[in-house]
Amino acid sequence: MHFAVPIFPGSNCDRDTIHAIEDVLDQPVTAVWHQDSDLKKFDAIIIPGGFSYGDYLRTGALAAQSPIMEGIREAADQGKLVLGICNGFQILLETGLLPGAMRRNDHLQFRCSISRLSVENTQTPFTLGFSQGEQIRIPIAHIEGNYYCDEETLQELQQKGQIIFRYAGENPNGSIDYIAGICNERRNVLGMMPHPERAIFDWMGSTDGVKLFTSMLQYWKENNGAA
Amino acid sequence: MFKATIFVTLKESVLDPQGVAVKNSLHSLGLENVHEVRIGKRLEVFLDQVDRKQAEAQVQMMCEKLLANPVMENYRYELEEVS
Repeated sequence: MHFAVPIFPGSNCDRDTIHAIEDVLDQPVTAVWHQDSDLKKFDAIIIPGGFSYGDYLRTGALAAQSPIMEGIREAADQGKLVLGICNGFQILLETGLLPGAMRRNDHLQFRCSISRLSVENTQTPFTLGFSQGEQIRIPIAHIEGNYYCDEETLQELQQKGQIIFRYAGENPNGSIDYIAGICNERRNVLGMMPHPERAIFDWMGSTDGVKLFTSMLQYWKENNGAA
Repeated sequence: MFKATIFVTLKESVLDPQGVAVKNSLHSLGLENVHEVRIGKRLEVFLDQVDRKQAEAQVQMMCEKLLANPVMENYRYELEEVS
């Protein structure tokens, strides 16, 4: 399973994400500069966290206009797995691959801590290794994670099982309905504010991110034969 | 050449945490009668364009595609010819 990790000026979790794929899955991964738009040879794309284009204008807004987004949109259309972490989630919202928008945290503070999440839907390629309602611990690090959508969109997300992760207990940013991660209707595009790549070894304080990556690989193997 | 002055503001239904923080600071200044602050953006865009209609169409397009996020923001603009 060949992964692509797009890199924008200002991405800063790209190396961590590449490490996670190599260390957890032992699968090939290639860093792809945002000026390239051809992602045909890849099986999955993970848009890393960071501050693409310095978060100018709005988080993710300028990255959403990069040439690579064409390749990402194409991959999503083909049913390939696309995961956006933190700034990657913000970029997916700005491109319209996921519904809604991101606001500044309601308390205006940058939050860097381990957050407790509950896995709300395990019927997705990203969460099939978790159990329904499982409580996991994954770090967050953002000032702009206050997810917003209108009432109609929220009902749709709820009814179609597109809310994948919710904050369990404290809501660290004021997001609507405690949303920490959502997917598209087809369930092959996931955006999440917490950083699973920062929860893969005991020394990191949690290994709960491992199952997200192994779920992706398991899904891919089941759909494409052996890796 | 045209100059477009574009104002991007949060929709009324969207909470503005920055505005709330600024309001609280204004209260600290003794301005207790301030009951709401909303923060927005003002952009100045200079366009090499002779036709007003086309300039307007371009400004509209840039607002919809990039400068404002229609999920939570509104925009309006003023267009003036400059030399």
